[in-house]
Amino acid sequence: MASVLGTAQADATVPAAPSPQYTLRRKRRRERVRNLAFLSPWLIGFSVFFVYPLVSTVYFSFMKYDGFKPPVWNGVDNWKYVFSDYPFFWPALWNTLWLVVVMVTLRVAFGLGIGLLITKIKSGAGFFRTAFYLPYLAPPVAATMAFAFLLNPGTGPANNILHKIGLPQPGWFNDPAWSKPALTVLALWGIGDLMVIFMASLLDVPKEQYEAAELDGTGPWQRFRYVTLPNISPILMFAVVTGVIQTMQYYTQPLVAGKVASGVIGGSGQQFEPGYPDKSTLTLPQLVYNLGFQRFDTGSACVIALVLFALAMVFTALLMRRRSGFLSAED
Amino acid sequence: MTDVMTPATTPALGERPAHRSAAARTARRRSALHWIAVHSLGIAAALFFVLPFVFVLLTALMSDQQALTRDLWPRTWEWSNFSTVWDTPGFLTWWRNTLLYAGAGTLLTVVSSIPVAYALAKFRFRGRNVALMLVISTMMLPPQVIIVPMYLFWAKQLHLSGTLWPLIIPMAFGDAFTIFLLRQFLLTIPKEYVDAAKVDGCGELRTLVHVILPMAKPAIAAVALFQFFYCWNDYFGPQIYASENPGAWTLSYGLESFKGAHHTNWNLTMAATVLVMAPVIVVFFFAQKAFIEGVTLTGVKG
Repeated sequence: MASVLGTAQADATVPAAPSPQYTLRRKRRRERVRNLAFLSPWLIGFSVFFVYPLVSTVYFSFMKYDGFKPPVWNGVDNWKYVFSDYPFFWPALWNTLWLVVVMVTLRVAFGLGIGLLITKIKSGAGFFRTAFYLPYLAPPVAATMAFAFLLNPGTGPANNILHKIGLPQPGWFNDPAWSKPALTVLALWGIGDLMVIFMASLLDVPKEQYEAAELDGTGPWQRFRYVTLPNISPILMFAVVTGVIQTMQYYTQPLVAGKVASGVIGGSGQQFEPGYPDKSTLTLPQLVYNLGFQRFDTGSACVIALVLFALAMVFTALLMRRRSGFLSAED
Repeated sequence: MTDVMTPATTPALGERPAHRSAAARTARRRSALHWIAVHSLGIAAALFFVLPFVFVLLTALMSDQQALTRDLWPRTWEWSNFSTVWDTPGFLTWWRNTLLYAGAGTLLTVVSSIPVAYALAKFRFRGRNVALMLVISTMMLPPQVIIVPMYLFWAKQLHLSGTLWPLIIPMAFGDAFTIFLLRQFLLTIPKEYVDAAKVDGCGELRTLVHVILPMAKPAIAAVALFQFFYCWNDYFGPQIYASENPGAWTLSYGLESFKGAHHTNWNLTMAATVLVMAPVIVVFFFAQKAFIEGVTLTGVKG
């Protein structure tokens, strides 16, 4: 392209009828202006609302700053504090790992199961599809509030039913050992997004492959294992990786559940103990809020933000590598 | 999809049964059993998804005293709980704020994202793949990563904390998820349409507005719905920027404080929960198709 422009420049000094190169150059310039014009909203948004704050986050992570007095350089002190002295960091990281291993796995398995089920249902398919999908739409605060009520150990219907059929009744959001399983139940309830994705990919599996496998005398499990799974494996991978990324962002549900269960909420004046009960619902995004907006320790909040950034980027890179289709242009 | 399983052997033909009618009967019985098994599972699963709604609704209709018991079924039906919630000071303000946030946010997002998505789908230029990768990366980013400097920017420089503007204004500059989804859809529109419009003498903008947009209506409806729901459900944003001023609270944020003020009254809290969920569910029933298509677009394309 550079050489084309170079020759065109030499020619452009000659007036009279515009040479082909001259028109080409003008066309190129017009195209570049056009591209910039179409991309401009995002170019501005990306610079102002992403690059600038990200650079600023890195800067503040080396500063002592309470939001009022001017920031002062304090080297890696914030980093040291977060990794060795901040009592919430390691519990939050452990919780995240727990959620990635248990919640994401169960969500993918359950979503696939429900997706399979819905493709097999012949009568009332519309009703079942709506019933399975609707909880996904419930606003997270409302859904969490609902489950904090359903699972409350005192009067909740869940334990009421468990009591009637003679099963043990856990403390759910009030018991450190059960709070994450309770969050998992809430997450399984909102499986609608995965169900639709799996449903669509299951319907995409070529029918002939099932017919051929059936003629080979395979059973249903073998057909699932050797026909269904290989066909939907890209979607499976997509569901796992986006699930992990969503777990990095997991904020509203654990926070609201902890607040409601602890009874400290809203304008009651008491200080909420983050991660109630016993730090078991802490997640990394909550730490950014705790440090930056409750303790006014801007520097340490930015350290957590960068840890979160690094983790999210690792999994996004994984997603883009595995699904190069993201980047394929039609042309 | 690559990993296609191909049968290695030619299918072996099953032996013809001597009594065809008997075989047909067994087959019919087996498919009936299959039908029963599938639908029983379906009903069991439906109970898991629907019962929480039912219990929330039933509790929302109980009297104050009964809501403190383990009862599941209301003895008296207190429909007035809903009007009590509705008349709570602030509830209407939260409602209005949420509508403003979700309405303005959706409009701005869609209008600003369309040209970007179009450029990423149809123009060829250096750095296009890099731009696309950056879009996808920001899409995956937790909002907490950049919240500290963003808050300082809006609160200390522009003095806009205590309002919802710090959440609405950025939406005029494109949203990564919306851009990505629209681009995925625009890729499926054949290039010939664009070329034909050019031959007819349309400029890029007119091609986009008059040729592409009408074809992209389903995708635009889907991303608009997603963005609307995102704003409606957003808790973190209002918590950061609006918490200091109850006049700027949204439903999601206000609902929590409602629980704080009525911490012993599960019935009123559940009535408020129903009132926050209801609009979303109503919108879903009107736009079900666009919604499902949109979700499919996120996962299956590419």
